[in-house]
Formats: sequence, C-alpha cells, structure tokens
Amino acid sequence: MKRFLTALGFFLLLIAVWHWAYMRRIWSPVLVPSPESVGRYLWEIALDGSLWSSMVVTMKRLLAGYVIGLLAGVPLGFVTARVQALRDTLGVLALGLQGLPSVCWVPLALLWFGQTEGAMLFVVVMGTLWSVILATETGVRNVNPIYIRAARTMGSTGVHTWVHVMLPASLPFIVSGMKQGWAFAWRSLMAAEIYVTILTGFGLGHLLHYGRELNAMEQVVAIMLVIVVIGLLTDKILFSPCEKFLHRRWGTEK
Amino acid sequence: MSIPSELSAPPSARLAIDKVSKWFETSRGRVQALDNVSLQVAEGEFVCLVGPSGCGKSTLLNMIAGLEMPGQGSVVAAGQPIKGPSRERMMMFQESALFPWLDALGNVMFGLKRKPGLNDRERRELAEFYLKLVGLEKFMHANIHELSGGMKQRVALARALAPNPRVLLMDEPFAALDALTREQLYGDLQRIWAQRHVTIVFVTHNVREAVSLGDRVVLFSPHPGRIREEFRINLARPRDINSVEVAGYATRITRALKDYMEHGAGI
Repeated sequence: MKRFLTALGFFLLLIAVWHWAYMRRIWSPVLVPSPESVGRYLWEIALDGSLWSSMVVTMKRLLAGYVIGLLAGVPLGFVTARVQALRDTLGVLALGLQGLPSVCWVPLALLWFGQTEGAMLFVVVMGTLWSVILATETGVRNVNPIYIRAARTMGSTGVHTWVHVMLPASLPFIVSGMKQGWAFAWRSLMAAEIYVTILTGFGLGHLLHYGRELNAMEQVVAIMLVIVVIGLLTDKILFSPCEKFLHRRWGTEK
Repeated sequence: MSIPSELSAPPSARLAIDKVSKWFETSRGRVQALDNVSLQVAEGEFVCLVGPSGCGKSTLLNMIAGLEMPGQGSVVAAGQPIKGPSRERMMMFQESALFPWLDALGNVMFGLKRKPGLNDRERRELAEFYLKLVGLEKFMHANIHELSGGMKQRVALARALAPNPRVLLMDEPFAALDALTREQLYGDLQRIWAQRHVTIVFVTHNVREAVSLGDRVVLFSPHPGRIREEFRINLARPRDINSVEVAGYATRITRALKDYMEHGAGI
C-alpha cells in the first residue's frame, strides 16, 4: 500500500508539473496541451467507443502475431540448441534479425503484402520470433546436463525428456524471451499501424497517426498515454506473476 | 501391480563387470579411464568403490547405470547385459540433481509416473511412503531451494528408491554435506539398506565413509583406473564412523592407497 501511494504521489506530481508548465505558457499550447484537454479527449473517445474499438483492433493483431511467434519460436529455439548445424545457421540469422529494429520490417511487409492485415501480422511475428528463438536456445543450452542424466535413469526418453525436463528447466530463460518478444512485437505493431493506413481496422497507431495529421496534440499525447498504460498493465498482469512464480520455485528471488 | 508388491523388497541383482576398459576423447587426446576392470557384486551387497579422482570409479558407476557403454568388456546385471538406463538401477548424484520446477513430492513422483502398471493414487501413496522413509513427510510440498543440503539428498534418495530398483548407484552422494548431516545420513542409509535389501554400489574418496558403510571396499588407482585391492569389512552393523574398529580398517586402506599412489604408477 505504501509503495502504491508513493507511485501515485509521483505521477500526481508529474501531472502537477505538467499543468504548471502549461499555465506558465513556457511552450505554445499547440505543442504542449493541458492535462485537462488530454483528459477530456480521452473521456470523449472512451464515451463514443472509439478508444475501445481501436484497442481491440490493436490487441487482436498483437496477440495473433505474438502467439504465432511463440508457437514457432519455442520449437525452433529447441532444435537450434540441439543441432550444431542449425546453431551455426538459424542461430546466427536469429541473432542478426533480432538486432534489426522492428520498424525496418514495415517497408518490406508493405511491398510484400500491400495494405493488408497480413502486413501487420508479418511485422508482429518478426518482432516476436527472433527473441523467442534466441532465449529458448540459450535456455536449453543452459540446462544442467545432470537433470537429463537423472531423468534418463528414471525412464524418461525422447519427447518426454523434452517436455518434462528440457522445457521446464529452461523456463526462466523462455519467460524472459517471451517478455522481450512481447516488447518487440508491441513496438513493431505501433510502427506498422502508423505507417500502414489500412482500411481493415483502425488501431491505436492509426489514432496516433491521425493526431499528427490533424495537428491535434492532445490526441497524440492521450494515445501515447494509453499505449504506455497497456504496456505497464501487460507487464504487471501477464509477466510479473510468471516471474514471481519462477523466482519462488527456483529460489532466485533477491 | 499392487501396492504390497511394490513395497516388498525387490530381488536384488547380481552385477558382473568383466574385463572392462574405457577410453575418452579429450582435447589433450585419448585418455584411458578404466583398464581391464573386473568386479562381482552379490545380491544385496553394499560395495564401496574408493580411490583418488581420475581413477574411473564414477565412469564405472555410469556404466552400471547404463548412461555410458564400456569400450571393451561387459557389464551384466541379473544375467542381462546392460544396454541403457533402467528403473532396475537407479542413480544418486553428488549434486542432488533434483528438479527445481517440481516440489519434493513431484520429484519423487517423476520416476513413478514413468513406471507402468500403477494408477495415480498408488503412485502418490508410494511417493509419500518413500518421503516418510527418509523422514521428510512434513516437507512433501517444499520447493527444492528451501531444503538444506542434507534434506535435498534425502529427497534424492527417496526419488531413487521410489521405482523400487534392485540396484542403487551412489556417486559421492554425501561429499558436499557437513560432517554431522553426513553421519545422520550414514545411519539412515544403513537402516534403509537393511530394510529394503537393495544392492548398493557407492563411490567415494572418503575411506572412513567407505569402511563404515560397505560390506566390501574396493580400492582403485588412477591413470588409468585399475582395481588394486579389495577389503572385506567384518564389522557388525550399525557401524559408527568414529569407532576404533572403523578407524583401524580406514588406516590400513589409506596406507595401501598411498602405496599405490607413490609406487604404483606404471605397474
């Protein structure tokens, strides 16, 4: 509770400073809108439903691409870790492409898929996949070999060893890879939505983009806030409980 | 299979190791770990393999476990050549090798779940039985990292015993523990061995430990690993590691070990 109040106090202070800067007219109100106007805009789009519908559109894209990236990335990471030839090929490719800023996929996706959902999906999958492959590979290679020997003496072989020993043993790495993959996917999707002005669905990135087109700074700031809050919430709701569980079980809590 | 038949002591195996040699490829070339090693272990016998590091005693244990294959010679358990790991021969390692993603009960259940012919309720009952046997019934749902070193090795012992193996292979299982915990575990292990009548092959470099546990102590010398001498320990059980008799045997064996280390090279 005390920690929550500290955080709350900090953000209220931030808003107060913002409000103060606005009142002093240090910058033009066109460039720095008031907290009130940003709040009013958010209230309006919440009431007319456009905030929720664009959030749904964005999250659907994100989830679809993320799940595909995970389902492909974890098994690929596994085989990459186990097969030397794949480590020297796919592993190097993954390392290179993971370093590529995800916005760089957008021009290629546009040329390949045009103004379609396919382009969005492709960009999100590319954002997720390489991080997940690399993290899984690292995790599997760090599995203590004694676990596998112990499992073998207890009658575990083949697929059973992979599912019941290798996978849980590398879980701490996989979860951190999932977290990084999520962050990359989220960034790449925003980039894609800003660049790809498609008609199949109006996401948060589009709202941001049109805020700029219309010179509506309160819209730009408001949508940025929404994006920040979504990022925070996914971390707190999705990843924090997983990490807490891992720390408790593995005893890695600091 | 029913619970009573599961809990009854298994017919323990006779192990026959015949003229086994083993080489490893290392970065410094080919190294011979074992040279023409032959050893017979009777049913229900407690044999300790003693020697300095590099004498191949762990390699031999791994072969009996089926985790490694001999380069030459044969390893036979209960009349059957060993082709791979089996629930008949369970292994305990120096590090507990417990799975941190499972609790104590989950670890003991791991091997039981791979054993056919049991239902889930029976598996659970068996796992609880073995955790009780090692005195950890209160820690069934403890996370592994919450357990002390001695408790971890107790869980590992329960996990190794749970599939009801005929042979228990122990690779310096108590080496990382403090002296008091170790002595407690000596007592427990002797009690459980007497109760279960399982064959035990126990690797250690602690001569006193070997004397206070084994029916027989087999002395290895290194580079390459060879069997030098065998000592039959004719002492009543339970034995106290601090007793004069144990110390007497240990002194003799240590002297022999030193002789082989100093004069034995190249023989």
